[in-house]
Amino acid sequence: MAAKTLTIDGKPITAEEGATVLQAADEAGIKIPTLCHLDGVYDVGACRLCLVEVTGVAKLLPACTTRVAEGMEVKTDSERLRKYRRITLELLFAERNHVCAVCVANGHCELQTLAYSQGMDHVRYEYLFPKWGVDTTHRLFGMDHNRCVLCTRCVRVCWHVEGAGTKNVAGRGTRSHIITDLAMPWGESDSCTQCGKCVQACPTGALFHKGSTTGEMERDRGKLEFIVTAREKKQWVTAD
Amino acid sequence: MQLDDLNAIAEKEKAAAKKICLRTCMSAGCMSSRADVIKKNLDAEVKAQGMEAEVEVRRVGCMGFCGQGPLVGVDHDDGREELFEFVKPEDAPAIVSSLKGGPCDVHRGDPKHPFFAKQVKIVRANGGIVDPESIEDYIAVGGYQALHQALTELKPAEVVEAITKSGLRGRGGAGYPTGLKWGTVAKSAGNKKYVVCNGDEGDPGAFMDRSVLESDPHLVLEGMAIAAYAVGADQGFLYVRAEYPLAISRLQIAIKQAKQLGLLGGGIFETPFIFNVDIRIGAGAFVCGEETALMASVEGKRGTPRPRPPFPAESGLWGCPTLINNVETFANIAPIIANGAEWYASFGTEKSKGTKVFALTGKITNNGLIEVPMGIPLRQIVEEMGGGAPDGRQIKSVQTGGPSGGCIPAQHLDTPVDYESLTKLGSIMGSGGMVVMDDTTNMVEIAKFYMEFCMDESCGKCIPCRAGTVQMHNLLDKILKRKATARDLAKLEELCDMVKNTSLCGLGQTAPNPTLSTLRFFRNEYEQLLQPDKFGPRGNGEPKKASVAA
Ligand SMILES: Cc1cc2nc3c(=O)[nH]c(=O)nc-3n(C[C@H](O)[C@H](O)[C@H](O)COP(=O)(O)O)c2cc1C
Ligand code: SF4
Ligand code: SF4
Ligand code: SF4
Ligand code: FES
Repeated sequence: MAAKTLTIDGKPITAEEGATVLQAADEAGIKIPTLCHLDGVYDVGACRLCLVEVTGVAKLLPACTTRVAEGMEVKTDSERLRKYRRITLELLFAERNHVCAVCVANGHCELQTLAYSQGMDHVRYEYLFPKWGVDTTHRLFGMDHNRCVLCTRCVRVCWHVEGAGTKNVAGRGTRSHIITDLAMPWGESDSCTQCGKCVQACPTGALFHKGSTTGEMERDRGKLEFIVTAREKKQWVTAD
Repeated sequence: MQLDDLNAIAEKEKAAAKKICLRTCMSAGCMSSRADVIKKNLDAEVKAQGMEAEVEVRRVGCMGFCGQGPLVGVDHDDGREELFEFVKPEDAPAIVSSLKGGPCDVHRGDPKHPFFAKQVKIVRANGGIVDPESIEDYIAVGGYQALHQALTELKPAEVVEAITKSGLRGRGGAGYPTGLKWGTVAKSAGNKKYVVCNGDEGDPGAFMDRSVLESDPHLVLEGMAIAAYAVGADQGFLYVRAEYPLAISRLQIAIKQAKQLGLLGGGIFETPFIFNVDIRIGAGAFVCGEETALMASVEGKRGTPRPRPPFPAESGLWGCPTLINNVETFANIAPIIANGAEWYASFGTEKSKGTKVFALTGKITNNGLIEVPMGIPLRQIVEEMGGGAPDGRQIKSVQTGGPSGGCIPAQHLDTPVDYESLTKLGSIMGSGGMVVMDDTTNMVEIAKFYMEFCMDESCGKCIPCRAGTVQMHNLLDKILKRKATARDLAKLEELCDMVKNTSLCGLGQTAPNPTLSTLRFFRNEYEQLLQPDKFGPRGNGEPKKASVAA
């Protein structure tokens, strides 16, 4: 494959044709904030945290779905991008009920980490305090809709890594929510293979192993990477 | 089917014409006031009064003057035209006897009214004239001649060139040059390609596409077939929203008729060209009008947009190159091929060619559908054709472009209606909704109405649109309830900027437009509602702790 040369934040970079800006930046050690991206499954460009500026393009582009091009000049950091990222995070915290102090993911949560790293120290928007429930009908796992950011990482691993097709999105707008099968309790799902990949994929405290208590829910992404590497590269090795 | 057969059908149809034609509008608007019963009664009355030999009662599509409906038009063989308005089923005997000079006090309209006289009809030329359920009627007015011409006289590239030269731009909202889009699909590699007609029309107050589909379905089918020939597709999909049952049933009839005559299917006009069309029915989501969401929906998936590129022209339905155009865009194609690109380009302005159909609604005397040449001053539309605001009120603003558009204030009524001028004023051409507001309208309420629409219709995929529209809506609500301060207004403006620049698809990217445009022209209406800020301004928008304690 042909190589493309471009600059990211002024740094000259060579990337494989077809690679995304996110991959190219990652290889060059430049960190772009992401939330809906998950290594191993296709990208959907939904969270908009990875938006970057590209010289000559009026619109901001999501790094996770934008392919590198010859001579591209990418800027991953600016006053404006930082402002937009902070607002995005504030909107998420105001949208559902995030009470970190009593959350299973406290300390291991990508949303929380993003908020710290982006300097989001308070939320200026009205908290919506929606009424969402917790589904604890599954034998092994639980789903707390109050913590869900609708990144659809669980849906994508369920369909495209496990191939079970249990998880889906229902509803529109801010009433969107994750469902299992035809919106039935998770414990009654026929298609769920109990593999737990969705739980591994979830960036927040929305999906958890039963029995985890506050701050205990840690993920082992290595498992997912193992499967994806095995499938794509036919190598049965763990990522590191 | 050969050209001779087509001409024979046309001749036969013309020869069967009777002396007087009673055109009864049977489009959704008039149907809701029992136009079907009116037609039945007229039929019975013509029979009862023994006038079957000279009078035809014809089901026709929309005549445009929907606010005055149900409408019955009368064509005499000497060229005289009459129009009956607000017709009731029991008016049938009087209308029929009036044809013999009998007394008739049914409300008469003026067929020469500026509402009609100022129109230039290309897309709606057959609306209210032909029977939308009769392919012979369509053929009698020259239907399917353009398809024949394209297939037998022009190479696909020449069709694309003609469309490019005509200057036609997409009528679905964004105004992308149609010829350019066709050229991209034609050049895209792949032996399977699709043509999709976008009939999702979800803007509040818009009914142009519905009317075209209900009044002249064959015009759209013919346009799609010519497009398919030009880009090398053999399958088309007509995506129509489920809220348009009459349009769907007329399209089904039209497709069946065209297949029977060999105008759809294999070997059209005895050429190797194959084209089939299927209907797909939307399930009520506004976002499914967005092209990538629409294609996901056609594929049977959840209708949510995806990032572009890849554009549908390269990778659309099932990964194949796909041409997607709006109903009105397709309706322009046959007239362009039949009359030539130069003819079409003679209407309109330098960068906006042809005509545009608008649904004129709101606080306006004459409601309905109009087709006007691009570049016509807005004032002519609302004052001369529309008759101004009713009840002696003043027009305050005209909203175009629906939830993606903006409000043009009365001081700009002399603006020509073309893509660039409307954009300059912070609105857009949009798909053709035109809502007139009078001086009783509260512009902040209007902004909130459109924001609520976007909030409800957001697909929920990306965060700025899903969560941002809720917050913007709540801030507008707070302003209206006189509970907001200048800081809230600043927050609203910041969110407008953020949602516009970061959302994934056009819905989110344009959702702030009605708010931004009302802020631009009617800022004082917002400011009047603001409360003094008890806490004093502080950059981060938080109350000063000290003053809370004080
Ligand atoms: C939220 C949203 C809704 C849309 N709804 C429609 C619609 O109802 N009808 C339509 O033709 N185009 C609609 N569009 C525009 C389409 O995405 C697309 O641009 C258009 O169908 C292309 O056709 P054209 O080039 O003929 O205009 C919509 C776009 C967005 C972002
Ligand atoms: S999911 Fe993350 S951000 Fe939300 S409450 Fe839990 S730890 Fe906090
Ligand atoms: S449950 Fe977790 S992985 Fe699934 S959409 Fe919600 S936050 Fe994302
Ligand atoms: S902008 Fe709105 S409608 Fe479009 S993808 Fe995002 S959430 Fe969905
Ligand atoms: S990581 Fe790119 S949009 Fe979410």
